[in-house]
Amino acid sequence: MENLIALLIGAPLLGAAVLLLGGRRLDRTGHWLGTLLAAASFVIALVLFVDMLGKGAEDRALHQTLFTWIPVGTFQADMAFQLDQLSMTFVLLITGVGTLIHVYSIGYMEHDERRRRFFGYLNLFVAAMLLLVLADNYLLLYFGWEGVGLASYLLIGFWQHKPSAATAAKKAFIVNRVGDMGLSIAIMLMFTTFGTFAFGRVLEASDQASEGKLTAIGLMLLLAACGKSAQVPLQSWLGDAMEGPTPVSALIHAATMVTAGVYLIVRSADIFNAAPDAQLVVTVVGAVTLLFGAIVGCAKDDIKKALAGSTMSQIGYMILAAGLGPIGYVFAIMHLVTHGFFKAGLFLGAGSVMHGMNDEVDMRKYGGLRKYMPVTFVTFGLGYLAIIGFPGLSGFFSKDKIIEAAFAKGGTEGWILGAVTLLGAAITAYYMTRVMLMTFFGEKRWQPDAEGHEPHPHESPKSMVIPMILLAVGSVGGGAVFEFSGFVEWLEPVTGFEHGHAPISAAAVTAATVAVMVIGVGLAYLQYGRGPVPVVAPRGSLLTRAARRDLLQDDFNHAVFVTGGTHLTRSLVYVDHSLVDGVVNGTAAAVGGLSGRLRKLQNGYARTYAVSMFGGTAVLIAATLLMRAV
Amino acid sequence: MNPVNYLYLAALLFTIGAAGVLIRRNAIVVFMCVELMLNACNLAFVTFSRMHGNLDGQIIAFFTMVVAAAEVVVGLAIIVSVFRARHSASVDDASLMKL
Amino acid sequence: MSANLAAYTTSTGEAFQFWVLGTVAVVGALSTILMRKAVHSALSLAGTMIVLAVFYLANGAYFLGIVQIVVYTGAIMMLFLFVVMLVGVTAADSLKETIKGQRWWAAACGLGFGILLAAGIGNASLTEFAGLGAANSANGGNVEGLAALIFTKYVFAFEITGALLITAAVGAMVLTHRERTERARTQRELSEQRVREGTHVPPLPAPGVYARHNAVDVAGLLPDGTPAELTVMGTLRKRGQIRDVSREALSDLKALEQRSAERLGREEEASR
Repeated sequence: MENLIALLIGAPLLGAAVLLLGGRRLDRTGHWLGTLLAAASFVIALVLFVDMLGKGAEDRALHQTLFTWIPVGTFQADMAFQLDQLSMTFVLLITGVGTLIHVYSIGYMEHDERRRRFFGYLNLFVAAMLLLVLADNYLLLYFGWEGVGLASYLLIGFWQHKPSAATAAKKAFIVNRVGDMGLSIAIMLMFTTFGTFAFGRVLEASDQASEGKLTAIGLMLLLAACGKSAQVPLQSWLGDAMEGPTPVSALIHAATMVTAGVYLIVRSADIFNAAPDAQLVVTVVGAVTLLFGAIVGCAKDDIKKALAGSTMSQIGYMILAAGLGPIGYVFAIMHLVTHGFFKAGLFLGAGSVMHGMNDEVDMRKYGGLRKYMPVTFVTFGLGYLAIIGFPGLSGFFSKDKIIEAAFAKGGTEGWILGAVTLLGAAITAYYMTRVMLMTFFGEKRWQPDAEGHEPHPHESPKSMVIPMILLAVGSVGGGAVFEFSGFVEWLEPVTGFEHGHAPISAAAVTAATVAVMVIGVGLAYLQYGRGPVPVVAPRGSLLTRAARRDLLQDDFNHAVFVTGGTHLTRSLVYVDHSLVDGVVNGTAAAVGGLSGRLRKLQNGYARTYAVSMFGGTAVLIAATLLMRAV
Repeated sequence: MNPVNYLYLAALLFTIGAAGVLIRRNAIVVFMCVELMLNACNLAFVTFSRMHGNLDGQIIAFFTMVVAAAEVVVGLAIIVSVFRARHSASVDDASLMKL
Repeated sequence: MSANLAAYTTSTGEAFQFWVLGTVAVVGALSTILMRKAVHSALSLAGTMIVLAVFYLANGAYFLGIVQIVVYTGAIMMLFLFVVMLVGVTAADSLKETIKGQRWWAAACGLGFGILLAAGIGNASLTEFAGLGAANSANGGNVEGLAALIFTKYVFAFEITGALLITAAVGAMVLTHRERTERARTQRELSEQRVREGTHVPPLPAPGVYARHNAVDVAGLLPDGTPAELTVMGTLRKRGQIRDVSREALSDLKALEQRSAERLGREEEASR
C-alpha cells in the first residue's frame, strides 16, 4: 500500500512535466490530461484512505522511503514519505478540491490560449503541495514548501501581460521569502539541536531540548507559517495575489497552500507543546490576523479581495486554534478542511459571477444577480451560510469548536481570545452578508464598460457549475460529518487531543456565537439591504478608508522596509565606501608606503646586496657561537 | 709557533677579500677579491688537513681550485660581454634591476 | 721537514717564514683591494697567491703548492691580466664611494665578521696537530696519496668536476662569441664604395707618413704644418687619444734651427 504514496505525487508531477514540456501539440487535450491526472491522484488518495480506515488507529501511518536524497556525513535527508491521518486529511482535501478546481478551470479558462500551461502549473502545484504534506522530514517539507511558492508565483503572475499581476506575483514571492527564511533557520536549528530533521526523531526528542531552543525553533516555524499563510505581519501579499485567475485564488489562496502554515504548526505540535512562549505568540498572531483580515474584508469593494480578507481572517482562526495546543489542533484542522470547502466554493462562485460579468470585480457594479445566475446564487449562498457559522452548516461546527477552545485556554488569555474570536465571528457575518447583498440582491447596477459592451449576466457552463455544486455540498455537510463521524478520534493519534474546560458552558458559547452572527448579519442588512447601494463608494470613515488600503499594511511596509531598506542600503554603501574601503585602501596605502621605503633597500647595486649577505653571514656565525656558548 | 696561526691568517685574508668585494666597483677587482677569499679558504683546508693528519682537506682544496678555475672562466666571460654591451666594467652600472 | 709537522709547534724556521711571508700576504691582499689600477691589484694578488703556495708547501701539501703556482698564479691570474687588458688597462678606478653608507656598512660587517671568525677559531679546540707525515708516506708520497683519494673516494666528485670544467669552457665560448649579423664587405666592395662616394678615393694615409713622428697615436702633419687626423686609426680617433705633437714638433724645429743657427753662427763667427 505504501508504494502508492509516491504515485500520489507522481501523477500530478507527470502531468506538470508533460504539459509544460509537451508544447503546442497538447493545447487541445492538455487540460483533460491535467484534470485526469489530478483525478487519478484523488482516486489513489481514496484507495489509501479506505485502506487506512481498515486499520487500527495506531497502525495507520504509512512510510515509504524512495532513496537517500542528500547523504552528507551525518547530514542525511531521505526522499521519504509519511502518510498518517493528518497527511491523509490534507491529501484528500488537496486532491479532492484540486480535482474539482481542475474541472472548473476547463470552463473558466476556455478562452485563454495558454490554458495548457495553466493546467501544467496547477498540476505542479498539486504535486508540490502533496510533497509538502507527505514529506517525512522537514527538509523535504521545505522542498514542497518552496515548490508551492513557485507554483503560486507562476499562477499569480499567470496573466503576466498585466503589470499588476506581474507585480503581485513578485510581491507574493518576496514576502513568502521572508517566511521561507524562517523555515530554513528553523530547520538549521533543528539540525544543530537534534542532529536530524526527520519528523519522528525531531518530535520524539523535542522534550529533551532546552525550552529556549524550542521557543526559537517554534518562532521561526511561526514566521514561516506567517509568510505562507498570510498572517500578520507577512499578510500583505494575499490581497494582491487575487490578480491571479480565480481558480488559482480558490485552490491556492483559499483552500490549500495558505493553510500550509497551519499544517506546519500542527505537524510540529510537540515542539510547540514544549514551548509555551512560542504558543502564546502563535495565538496572538492568529487573533490579530483574525481581526485584521475581517476588518479589511469589510471595506473592500473588489469581491475577490473581500474574500481574500476573509481567508486571512479564517486562517487566523486556525492559527489561533493551533496555538492553543492539544485542545485546539484538531479543530484547527477541522476548520481548515471545512474552510477549504466553503471558501473554495465562494471563490468559484465569485469566479462564476466574474465570468458572467465580463471579469468585473467591483461589487458596487453587481446587484440583483440572483435572477441571472441562480445556481451560482444558491451555491454561493450555501458557502456564505457555512462561513458565517449558520447552525448546522460546516463552518458552524468548526468555528464553534475553536471559539470554545479559545475560552478553554483559561485565565485572562482565554477570555480575551474568546472575545476576539466572537468579535471575529460577528465581523465575518457582517462582511459576508455585505458581499452577498451587494452581489446578488438589490437593483442591478452594472453599466456598459468603456467600449460600450453591456454585460449580459448568465449562468456559467456545466464544467464550472458542477464543482461549485459539489463544493456547496461539502460546505453544507462537511461540518456535521466531521462532528459526528469522529474526526477528533481520527486525528488524535497524530496531534494529540485534550478536552478543554471552558469557564462557560459549551451551550452558552454556541448561543453567543449564533447571537453575534445574527448581530453581524443584521448590521449588514441595515446598511446594505434596505436601500440602494451607491455605485461609487462613499468616502467612508477613517477606519474604512484605512481598511480599503489594507489597513495601511503596504504603506507600513513601504515606510519601514522599502524606505528603511533604501536608507540602510545608502548608509551601508557609505560605510562600505568610507569605512570598509577606507580600511582596505588604508591598508593598501600603508603597505604601499612601507614598500616604498623598503624599496630603497633594493637599490639595484649588487654591492649593497653583498653587504646584507655578508652581514647575514656574520650574524649566522654569531648565532652559532652563541649557541655553542650556551 | 702554533700552526693555528695559519687559520688566523686565512680568516684575515678572507675578511680582507670580503671587504674588497664590498668596496670595489671594478668587476675584475671584485672578482680578484673573490679569488682571494677562495684562496683563504684553501689555506684553511690545507691547515685542517695538517691538523687532522689526513689528505681529505687537500682534496677539497684541490676541488676548490678546479671550481674556481671554472668560475673564473665563466665570470670573466660575463665581464667581457657586459663590458662589450655597456662599455663599463663597474658593478654599479649594472643596476638596471632597481626601479 | 715532515717530521716537524707532527709537532704542536712548528720549527723556528717555519715560524720565521710564517711571520715574514704572512706579512707579505696580508700586504698583498690589502694592496689588492686598495690599488686604483686593476693591473696593480692583479699583481698584488699574484704575490699573495705565491706566498700561499709556499705556505701550502710548508703545510705538507706539496701537490697543492705546485698547483697553486702553476694553475692559480700561472693560468688564472694571467687570465685576469688578459681581461684587464681587454677592458682597458689604463683606466684607473676612482676609490671614492658612490653608494651612501656602503663603506661604513662594509667596514662594520668586515670587522664584525673578522672578529667573530677569530673568536670562533680561538674558541675551537685546535691545540692538537696530527701532522701529515704518516698520511703523506702511506701511499709513498703526497701526490700518490691524493691520487689514491681522488680516484677512489672522490672519484664521482672528480668526474663531475670534469663535466663542470667542460661546461665552463663551453659557457665562456658562448658568452663571448659574437655572431656577425651582416656579411663582411670585401676589399673590392669597400674600394667601390669609396669611389662612389668620391670623398677619399685612395687608401687612408698610414700614420706618420707626412710627419716627423712615427707613433700610431700621432697625426701626420700636412705640408702646411696642420695635423691630419685621417692618418690616425679610427679607434684612437674615437677615443680622443690623438697625441698632438705639432707644438712639440715646432719647438723641436725651433730648437733645431737654433742649434743649427748656433752652429752656423759659430761658423759665421769662425768665417768672420
